[in-house]
Amino acid sequence: MNEATPIQNPAAGRTLSPWQLFRRRLKRRRIAVAGGMVLIGLYLVALFAGFIAPHSFERLDRDRFFHPPTWPQLAGFHLVVPRDEPLPGNFKYRAVPDDTRPVRFFVRGDKYRLFGLIPAAVHLFGTGDDNYPVYLLGTDQFGRDVFSRLLYGSQISLSIGVIGIVLSFTLGMIIGGVSGYFGGGTDTVIMRLCELIMSIPALYLIISLRATFPPGMSSTQVYAMIIVILSFIHWAGMARVIRGMTLSLREQQFVLAARALGQSNLKVIVRHILPNTFSYVIVAATLSVPYYILGEVVLSFLGVGIQEPNASWGNMLTAAQNTEYLRNYPWLLAPGAAIFVTVLAFNFLGDGLRDAADTKA
Amino acid sequence: MWSYLFKRLLHMIPLLVGVSLLTFLLMSLAPGDFFTALSQNPQISPETVARLKAQFHLDRPWYVQYFYWFKSVLQGDFGYSMAYKIPATALIVQRLWNTFLLSFFALIIAWAIAVPLGIWAAVKRDSWVDRACSLVAFVGLSVPDVLLSLLALWFAAATGWFPVGGAESPLYDLMTPAQQFWDRTHHLILPALVLAAADWAGIMRQMRSNLLDTLRAEYVTAARARGLGEGRVVWKHALRNAINPLLTIFGYSLAALLSGAFIVENIMAWPGLGRLTMEAFFAKDSYLVVDCVVMATGLLVVGNFIADLLLAWSDPRIRLNK
Repeated sequence: MNEATPIQNPAAGRTLSPWQLFRRRLKRRRIAVAGGMVLIGLYLVALFAGFIAPHSFERLDRDRFFHPPTWPQLAGFHLVVPRDEPLPGNFKYRAVPDDTRPVRFFVRGDKYRLFGLIPAAVHLFGTGDDNYPVYLLGTDQFGRDVFSRLLYGSQISLSIGVIGIVLSFTLGMIIGGVSGYFGGGTDTVIMRLCELIMSIPALYLIISLRATFPPGMSSTQVYAMIIVILSFIHWAGMARVIRGMTLSLREQQFVLAARALGQSNLKVIVRHILPNTFSYVIVAATLSVPYYILGEVVLSFLGVGIQEPNASWGNMLTAAQNTEYLRNYPWLLAPGAAIFVTVLAFNFLGDGLRDAADTKA
Repeated sequence: MWSYLFKRLLHMIPLLVGVSLLTFLLMSLAPGDFFTALSQNPQISPETVARLKAQFHLDRPWYVQYFYWFKSVLQGDFGYSMAYKIPATALIVQRLWNTFLLSFFALIIAWAIAVPLGIWAAVKRDSWVDRACSLVAFVGLSVPDVLLSLLALWFAAATGWFPVGGAESPLYDLMTPAQQFWDRTHHLILPALVLAAADWAGIMRQMRSNLLDTLRAEYVTAARARGLGEGRVVWKHALRNAINPLLTIFGYSLAALLSGAFIVENIMAWPGLGRLTMEAFFAKDSYLVVDCVVMATGLLVVGNFIADLLLAWSDPRIRLNK
């Protein structure tokens, strides 16, 4: 499909490192780069969620349940939001003509903690007046701002993938490396265990594991629990692949040389064998992040993950399970769109990384 | 060939025993049991609770419980559902059948869409057909099952063309057999479509790349050089060999299918194993959870066995080697 990559860089007159070659091949895949850009944007937004979100995730607006999305309009030289008055009946609203407030930037509002540490109250935008709220994606059945909750939920969804990957891949690489390197009985036991874990349909195992945790955990504990459960299942597949790669690597000259020099087994595995699996691992990691995101979504959606009032993309979707809500207030599906975009971006990036890491292509 | 199949069959037994042991261990680690709530009820004496617990062997260590459970399972008895107050076997068999129906139809739909599309995309490589297919496949791979199921619910509610959830109408028992058949089919269509939509993309991509690989092979070039028409080259020579690796991923796709079915069942109220697992989980009916997990694993293992069977049938190298 693509022309052979030049090994020599004529301008510099020197050989490119494998990493430079990899970057070149990756840059040629526009869609992968676009996926990467989207992800950088999403992670930045998640990092500054409290600042960008106009409201706190648990602020209830008792006058505005199921408020439809309101977008600021341009009036003269500044953006304004209208005031909506509720109509009699079921959560219908009408904009009051000529009653608007300008949207202000860096406005004071609900208190939050930036990066979970620094207390702050300044928000990127808002009106600073509770009677003129900016609900970009409407409100839910408790009158909470869907957009703000979406941002707070992104902190959970986006971080769970990264932490989970680090945990399960470390585990999978070390166990797989040990299994392949030593072989024999160790190998057999570990591989049977992997087969056992992989032969149970994932969600059934997830629910069985979930049952072992007590009810009434704090939100931090639940968060850690989700990561532990998902990683417990995920390391097995990783360990199997790494074991296969180790089996062929351990017979290679440089490994024999390292052993002949008297290095310890652990050092041979960690310093010499595992680094050779990195290009595979990076690609597999990128393509596995969606598994964690979707795992959290399903657990929270089913009511056994992140609990209200904390926001997660999964538990926000629970409201959409009510068909009456879904028909009349379709903006409740916004977290679904967010999941879709994130997973799509990870898949595009992962696919591009795989092609770029494949030196034969 | 028979010895190979026999070996594969024997391999399933320790696996299922291992899975049931693991699940049992997990359920024994779970805090509280079905009777914890009962023991807080002042109207029920502690003696009654203790007697009930003893009746279900819940007062014994988990490995003793496992022994009792295993013994009755060998006799085809999956115990008694504490939450439903009926024998678990009847419950499980009915739910297993529903999950099987759902997965089976989803599988047929997914393969019926994916295989022809994959062939088309590979033959018309780099054309707009190929690009459109790969883009749609990417979207299909990325749409979460949860969102698809919710959209299907919304579709059913908004148009009224399909029932909103469930497996049969409330008046099912009063219908004639023909009406009953139609009623069940009508309920099945939407969940099966949702499940298939989550599954077809991977198969299509695999079919496309398999066929592309075989189209590059030398015997295909040789066939072309002999002057065979392109249709004959693709259908008679390339396709047969491209199908083989697809049978291998049939096994993998089953695992994804069962997890997908779990989600679809829970959202669209399809009374299958996944839904039963959640109900048993919330009711703390631990034996029922174990039964469900073992049954779902059994379904997967049997599916994989069938995949091996098909593979051995289509590829002489496998059945002669082992």
